[in-house]
Amino acid sequence: LSRVGDELYLEPTDSGLSLRAVNSSRSAFASFLFAPLFFQRYETGGPQPLRCKVPMKSFLGVFRSLPSLEKTVSKCLILLQPRCNRLVLQLRCKYGVTKTHNLAFRECERLQAVFDTQSCASTLCAPARVLAEAVVHFPQTLAEVTLGTGPGGRISLRNYVEDDAEPRKTMVTELWLAEEEFQSLAVAPGSQITFCLKEFRGLLSFAEASNLPLVIHFDAPGRPVVFTLDDAIVEVHLVLATLSDPLSDPQPPRANGNVSHLPTPPDDFPDDLESYMATVETEEGPGVLPPSPTFPQRTPHPALGDPQQEEQDGEKEEEGAVPGTPPPKKFRSLFFGSVLTPGGPSPAPSQEVLAEDSDSD
Amino acid sequence: MRFRAKIVDLACLNHFSRVINTIARLAKTCTLRLTASKLYFILCDKVANGGVSMWCELSQGNFFDEFQMEGIAAEHNEIYLELVPEYLSRALKTAQNAKAVKIKLTNRHCPCLRVAVELPSLSSSGRIVTHDIPVGVIPRRLWNDFREPSVPDFDVSIYLPALKTMKSVVERMKNLSNSIVIEANLSGEMNLKIETDLVSVTTHFKDLGNPPWASGDESQSPAQDRDPESMAEACVDIRKLQQLLAGQQVNPTKALCNIVSKRIVHFILLHEDVSLQYFIPALA
Repeated sequence: LSRVGDELYLEPTDSGLSLRAVNSSRSAFASFLFAPLFFQRYETGGPQPLRCKVPMKSFLGVFRSLPSLEKTVSKCLILLQPRCNRLVLQLRCKYGVTKTHNLAFRECERLQAVFDTQSCASTLCAPARVLAEAVVHFPQTLAEVTLGTGPGGRISLRNYVEDDAEPRKTMVTELWLAEEEFQSLAVAPGSQITFCLKEFRGLLSFAEASNLPLVIHFDAPGRPVVFTLDDAIVEVHLVLATLSDPLSDPQPPRANGNVSHLPTPPDDFPDDLESYMATVETEEGPGVLPPSPTFPQRTPHPALGDPQQEEQDGEKEEEGAVPGTPPPKKFRSLFFGSVLTPGGPSPAPSQEVLAEDSDSD
Repeated sequence: MRFRAKIVDLACLNHFSRVINTIARLAKTCTLRLTASKLYFILCDKVANGGVSMWCELSQGNFFDEFQMEGIAAEHNEIYLELVPEYLSRALKTAQNAKAVKIKLTNRHCPCLRVAVELPSLSSSGRIVTHDIPVGVIPRRLWNDFREPSVPDFDVSIYLPALKTMKSVVERMKNLSNSIVIEANLSGEMNLKIETDLVSVTTHFKDLGNPPWASGDESQSPAQDRDPESMAEACVDIRKLQQLLAGQQVNPTKALCNIVSKRIVHFILLHEDVSLQYFIPALA
């Protein structure tokens, strides 16, 4: 959760303790629901559920060193005291030592991203290990990755290259996973989505550690991608915004030698450099590349809308590029927060937000 | 113009990766020259490189199970490519348990070296990762820029001390000074010296041995006239030396350097199937 946002939202409910986080640009949301079964004792007091948020750093600070915690802590008590405005974390350790941490919290509205996995056109389920092994081939610094479906039920992962990066200077890595690697695969052919790798990697390491299969629900570009982990004691959702593609044509790109991310079996591609060499011999090689239909232009297209606004949102989406689209760099900050631009501009008022909260930050 | 190669043996792959890692540490961009029997990684002594130059030669047969190339023309059966070795290093990094690695020169939207790694997986069709590394094809008219450098007319030639030792010495010296003096004589003695306003440090190495150079037509061993105790020295940028030493992941079979007093230091590192020459010019 700390990879997603700076604040931890806690919401005790009858079905368990829900921990959530959202990033500053509202393009990533994660929630962990721990069922009462997970706890030795679980009580929600009072008729009104108390929702609060604490700074992520403070909360994490209590659980700083995992190995030493495992050795010394016998019990951990989490107590929400609304009257004192305190979240109490008490660690009962060996030798009668008790460490009590009092965290100040702020009340808040429910943080809930709107998403519907049922309406997603594509779903796939794979063991976390398979996806982790796939992701390892991409550099740690890679920001975005594109997940696509190909022929024969194969799934591809490719590093996303920005529009303003020079295609002649960027290395492109692509990985193919066969249908058999997945526990289930129900995907719309020829679809692809691009999302941020950082939060996904965070979820993957949790999934690997808990040995749970990961389910990915996705739809058209621009619609959010939902990752879920589910078992008896914990239910996890990670919702990420995806890059939208203003070209509504879902057909495979024209076969004129442009980058074809739609798969051809890796061996089968032209390696004829004769004509290229002829050009190079006479003068410096060809200059401008034809515009590639596979690198979509960026539009500020956050994934989700408020339930009440959904109708309006639908219409807005169809408009395509919102007039006054901010230049690509600004858009970056809207989608991917402070990772890439130092203190990027806050979303324009007309932007659809992932989840509204009533407290003004 | 075609190039296709394949590595199946894991040990060869590992070895090749290590060579590429070394090259990647020495040069941000370099030239890859392919001939029917060898691969060369070349860095010319341009100002942009800080005057260093590199010549690394590998016999393809020692690494590749399959190797086919067709040069630019029948009488010039070679290919010269400009590439960023770091990309190649990255592509090979996660391929260390691969079933096979294929490298192919392609031209989809621009010339690329496509590295296709076939990974072991539970599925029958296997997992394939492809890395498209953009390369620049160097036209024939520029090939003369990349000729093998000749061994300079050196004053002293000496075997290097254990690279690990040398590396740790140089690394510590790097914190104190930007330049280092390498001096050696024909009695097998070498000193590494730094000198600043506050401190001067010298590390002495003895009994290193001096390689015998067969005197050809141009006598390359002026050793006969030279006083064996007299030191030839050159002051070089310490970072360049450190880069060279840091990039060595395996101990070479032979490691030596030739010093041209106040001009240039020429390092030769020989492994069984790879030879690396690195030239560091003396600072003005």
